[in-house]
Amino acid sequence: MDSIIDGFLKAFSLIFTLDRELIAIITLSLQVSGMAIVIAALIGIPAGAVTGLMKFPGRGFLITLSNTFMGLPPVAVGLFLYLILSRSGPLGFMALLYTPSAMIIAQTILALPIVSSLCHSSIVSVPPIIGQAASTLGATPYQRAVAIVKEARHGIFAGIIAGLGRVMAEVGAILIVGGNIAGYTRVMTTTIALETDKGNFELALALGIILVIISLIINMVLYIFQKKGAQTKA
Amino acid sequence: MKKLMHIFLVALFLFFFYSGRALSEQREIICASTTSTENSGLFGYILPIFEKKTGIKVKVVARGTGAAIEMGKRGDADVAVVHAKEQELKAVEEGFFVNRRDIMYNDFVIIGPAYDPSGIKGVNSAPDAFRKIAESGKPFVSRGDNSGTHTKELSIWKNAGIEPKGQKWYLEVGQGMEKTQRIANEKRAYTLTDRGTWLATKDKDRLEMIIVLEGDPILFNQYGVMAVNLQKHSHAKYKEASEFADWLVSKEGQEAIASFKDKNGNQLFIPNAR
Repeated sequence: MDSIIDGFLKAFSLIFTLDRELIAIITLSLQVSGMAIVIAALIGIPAGAVTGLMKFPGRGFLITLSNTFMGLPPVAVGLFLYLILSRSGPLGFMALLYTPSAMIIAQTILALPIVSSLCHSSIVSVPPIIGQAASTLGATPYQRAVAIVKEARHGIFAGIIAGLGRVMAEVGAILIVGGNIAGYTRVMTTTIALETDKGNFELALALGIILVIISLIINMVLYIFQKKGAQTKA
Repeated sequence: MKKLMHIFLVALFLFFFYSGRALSEQREIICASTTSTENSGLFGYILPIFEKKTGIKVKVVARGTGAAIEMGKRGDADVAVVHAKEQELKAVEEGFFVNRRDIMYNDFVIIGPAYDPSGIKGVNSAPDAFRKIAESGKPFVSRGDNSGTHTKELSIWKNAGIEPKGQKWYLEVGQGMEKTQRIANEKRAYTLTDRGTWLATKDKDRLEMIIVLEGDPILFNQYGVMAVNLQKHSHAKYKEASEFADWLVSKEGQEAIASFKDKNGNQLFIPNAR
């Protein structure tokens, strides 16, 4: 019980003293996960829109694949990527292993299925009347698609938030491809894992608390954006 | 509103993009090493001294010895600091590493519950102690992860003529040393640990355990350094890696290792480079 109380106390003292090393770790976490979610959104939203709006052979398979990959074990993704990025692997010449870039790639792979699957399902659940109305008003197929995607934006947004939550909390993949190198690839979750290994439970717990607080702030900001978007529409 | 959103997104993008840029063209190497050297704080103590002198940044990736050697073999590291001499020499023989040298040692100890249920205290030989634990059927926790400690443990079992794998009392946990100790503590079990980890963590982790056997020569734990062979991996930073290895065995490096103390003032590693 003492450890838990100490953890909370330590978390607050860490936040208020703004430890430089800790800030570097938090910044890297945000950069890696943020970049991963931006890339995942840039690929995932068009992918979800295409599977949601168009009919083509293999569409059902793609949707099932995307849904399945939502549950990819991060450790397996990490190992797979490690073997590819390793100097002895096919992409070894790029020297990406144990860099933040490798971590971004890993997290993009993890976030992509979530973003595209949720984007797909929110697009198919847009009432067909929206598309029909757009066509009646003389919209081109492209304009019609844009109208439907706009209508589905809340669901798409939810997909991005879910994807961000997944990668912010993830440790297995980035531990393998990042190597948890101090001051270089060490992020919040890998620090928590390391400090737990080292038996510094209070510090590990404090970092966990800080991670939750950061997620809370991000989600509050996103919520405000979302709500303002809805108001301007109305 | 839309404009604001755009500005926000662009700013976000630039912020993330910058992250990749911040890395300068500094001389740096990747050192594959073990959890015992990283978790004890040794690297945190000696690497800044080395970096200040040479300007070379050493990036440590801590794994078990088996995984650390594998990293070097695959060309994912430039230098390895590990502790399983036989495995190291084999990797050198296979041509993956060159110039292996002794750096320092500490020793392994057998630890167990403070009330010593198998009655190990008083036994002088590690294989005898293992035999006694096996006969009493009390639990024994094994690293089970191909680490240097695990390798040592298996060689002791072999020496004792016992095949522990598959026995009910033999628990392979596949975790780092400190976690393994904590599991042994919870399970009231015996385990083999290195003195460095034991000294550094027993109070902090509130382990209700004691050293039941120490001092047997078989428990000697030698650390070595070796550079990745350029002929196998031409991208390896052999020059910097050699500079690091040379420094570790130099008078200055050896003194740095000797002066490293844990929080309680114990010296954890004894330099013995020749």
